[in-house]
Amino acid sequence: MEFFKIKRDIPFMRYGKLTTTISLVTFILAVLALGFKGLNLGIDFTGGILMEVSYPQTADLEAIRKTLEEERITEAAVQNFGTSRDVLIRLPLREDTGAKQSDEIFSALKAQNRAAELKRVEFVGPQVGKEMYESGGLALMLVAAGIMAYLAMRFAWRFAVAAMIANMHDIVIILGMFAFFEWEFTLSVLAGVLAILGYSVNESVVVFDRVRENFRKMRKAAVTEVIDNAITATMSRTIITHSMTQLMVLAMFFFGGDALHNFALALTIGIVFGIYSSVLVACPVVLALGVSRADLLLPEKEGLVDNRP
Amino acid sequence: MRNRFPLWKNLMVAAVLILGIIYALPNFFGEDPSVQLSAVRAAKVDDRLKVQVQSLLDAAGLKAKAVEMADKRMLVRFGDTDSQLKASDILNERLGDAYTVALNLAPSTPSWLRAFGAKPMYLGLDLRGGVHFLLQVDMDAAVKQAEDRYAEDARSLLRENKIRYQSVEKQNGVIQVRLPDSNTLSQAQVLLKRELRGLQIDVKGSENLIEGRLSEVERREIKRFAVAQNITTLRNRVNELGVAEPVIQQQGEDRIVVQLPGVQDTARAKEILGATATLEFRLVDNEHPVPAEGEKAPLGSHLYRDRQNRPVLLERKIIVTGDQVVDAASGIDQQSGAPAVYVTLNSVGAKKMGDITRENVGRAMAVVYIENKSETKEVGGQKVTTKKKVEEVINIATIRDRFSKRFQITGLDSTEEARNLALLLRAGALAAPVDIVEERTVGPSMGKENIDRGIKSNGYGFVAIAVFMILYYRAFGVFSVLALGANVLLLVAVLSLLQATLTLPGLAGIALTVGMAIDANVLINERIREELRAGSTPHAAIHAGYERAFSTILDSNVTTFVAGIALFLLGAGPVRGFALVLCIGILTSMFSAVLVSRALVNFTYGRQRKLVKIAV
Repeated sequence: MEFFKIKRDIPFMRYGKLTTTISLVTFILAVLALGFKGLNLGIDFTGGILMEVSYPQTADLEAIRKTLEEERITEAAVQNFGTSRDVLIRLPLREDTGAKQSDEIFSALKAQNRAAELKRVEFVGPQVGKEMYESGGLALMLVAAGIMAYLAMRFAWRFAVAAMIANMHDIVIILGMFAFFEWEFTLSVLAGVLAILGYSVNESVVVFDRVRENFRKMRKAAVTEVIDNAITATMSRTIITHSMTQLMVLAMFFFGGDALHNFALALTIGIVFGIYSSVLVACPVVLALGVSRADLLLPEKEGLVDNRP
Repeated sequence: MRNRFPLWKNLMVAAVLILGIIYALPNFFGEDPSVQLSAVRAAKVDDRLKVQVQSLLDAAGLKAKAVEMADKRMLVRFGDTDSQLKASDILNERLGDAYTVALNLAPSTPSWLRAFGAKPMYLGLDLRGGVHFLLQVDMDAAVKQAEDRYAEDARSLLRENKIRYQSVEKQNGVIQVRLPDSNTLSQAQVLLKRELRGLQIDVKGSENLIEGRLSEVERREIKRFAVAQNITTLRNRVNELGVAEPVIQQQGEDRIVVQLPGVQDTARAKEILGATATLEFRLVDNEHPVPAEGEKAPLGSHLYRDRQNRPVLLERKIIVTGDQVVDAASGIDQQSGAPAVYVTLNSVGAKKMGDITRENVGRAMAVVYIENKSETKEVGGQKVTTKKKVEEVINIATIRDRFSKRFQITGLDSTEEARNLALLLRAGALAAPVDIVEERTVGPSMGKENIDRGIKSNGYGFVAIAVFMILYYRAFGVFSVLALGANVLLLVAVLSLLQATLTLPGLAGIALTVGMAIDANVLINERIREELRAGSTPHAAIHAGYERAFSTILDSNVTTFVAGIALFLLGAGPVRGFALVLCIGILTSMFSAVLVSRALVNFTYGRQRKLVKIAV
């Protein structure tokens, strides 16, 4: 079985202007969503209390709200979570909010309905939340810097810059989608975003690798032809690899439960845009930066010896 | 040309896979319901206890699967939770004071596997239920206490040495000593510099003023101490909860992580962690006989019990309390070579201690440990909190001479005992207050659900990938799937070998790694197809496919690896688990894609000299 029997190279670079425009528009939309709506940060980053309580029958949300009001807790968000029997209670952080509050709330709920079962409690203090936010941002920058350094060393600075632009494009779009749809941004989503940073570069690297190889092999071809051929040749691998990863991520999305839901969602967006950006963002940028054969034709021995039998 | 590995390479691949199986295997054996016994302070876990436990169980007609000793703990395994619970009740009742009895789920790894040092991964709290607390130590309070102490010391030093001073004040963390003239100034300067080494002393001659600030070294030491003390105190308290395998660790400069697997009553856990403890020094009453059971203690005395539950009669009058202990360190007595604890009191305490000991040379003095605990019990749906005071004599020593500001306590059993007493004395004196800054509780049913879901999603994803790969790449698809299986096996083996804690993000990491690991196989298989299309012979195509794909695999994996390392270095708890799995997964996937699948290909096709067709 073979899906991709591409005889002639697809002229991806000819569409460069179009694809760049598309990316630019999505990118700007994502930035706007981030700017106007902002991320719906979970309590990992904002601090606060989150409780998941489960009941044997359908939970009476009104009764729960009333109980909370009796406890003089007014800012609580009470909602169903997953099933009608599971309830999620969220409390923003206030001056006097402490870890003990969750105990008081649960005792009150238990008094109201003895069958209430506490499934999980998360309390994060304001300082801890802030630190996570900061270390998350720092991690993002460090990963980006590390990857650029490696690419610059292994290829050429133009590739490093292009891969990073393509990557940032993916990250901003994931964040933009989370902002636009108001999906909750938690620590595990951040982990997903950081994983995508590595994963998406991975993608660009495979194409770049081919570009480098082609520069050595296709001595007479123009730069655009070299890139087009590289993309076409890796096309089938790109699609298959991503489908495989996506299969795994979908399994997490559907069977992994709520805890992995948003994590899988971030990965899905990352994978879809990762394919697009590695081909249609990274390559045009490399081209625009004026990549040439000279960038890669170092006097390396392996470049000259073709060990093809 | 033929594709064959030299013998050593085949052997290496086989050896790695066999080791992988051995170390991954313990994860599939499940757990035994067990009872864990750990010694409280002086008690010992030894063969005598083993015999005692056996006879207690025999008397109750309970049959233990095994009784093991390790790490100062005893583990009694059972076949079912029913006998586990019964045994726990019996042991708690009979041995409860000297030992902490905790329910535990011990991995039931067979002994032959354990002989290799193979252990299953440790499950994180999100996969088995429990509480995670992050406590912040109030460093400002600790530093402030230290400054107060130094101001107090400066005052009493000047008084003892008969140096006149106008005032000793503390302002914004600076201890200011005002003196009447330049003569007393220089005297005071010499004295304070010699005695208060933790202070950095500045002299303002024009104003006859000496300023002392805590030196950077001292400040660091105070903070380090505060955390160390609190950890010791917390450890003792957690022991009271009877939690199997608690984790109490320092995190960062001023935080402590406490993880209590299996704990459901978080209210009680919070109370115990936040309890206060103090110490008192009292004289032993040797005028009256120790009253018998049920009899009242004589006037002016109070009956206490020591750690072996023996009655001790002490005078009601307190010499000094733990609040007056400034410092305590364990060491060896210069003369006798016996373990000792060196105690430093503040000036008020020192004066009282000096007076009383001068009058009572030859008498015995006791150290009493007092803890105020509140216990919450559920009575008819309502939570009732009762306050409970625990008093215990932890040490009795004979007064040989008048005690001064610094004195030593001897008569201890071991250096370890001395160390513990020193820590307790310090903890009683200035355990800096702690706040809970983070709490995460996962109920046991949720933990089970998380495991099920995590494993299920991994399984379904793997099967889907396997089906597609085999349909799409035929024989080479089979090699890829086997290599992928080897990857999971090795990943689990390495994680078990590292004794990593498996969490839900870790399970997600395994899933993602599996998805990404297939990339290397796809790269290779696509390359081989491409070479075949270009007209290479099968053997040449296989060879070139692996060779050429390798540099791409290396490059793309290194970048992901870089991301993983950064995640590991900067991430907090759950993110770290994910990052660790990602990094190890990349390494194992490179090994399995490049070497294991190649070995399989070579094994299948390498023998045929004339290879006409390969199924790819």
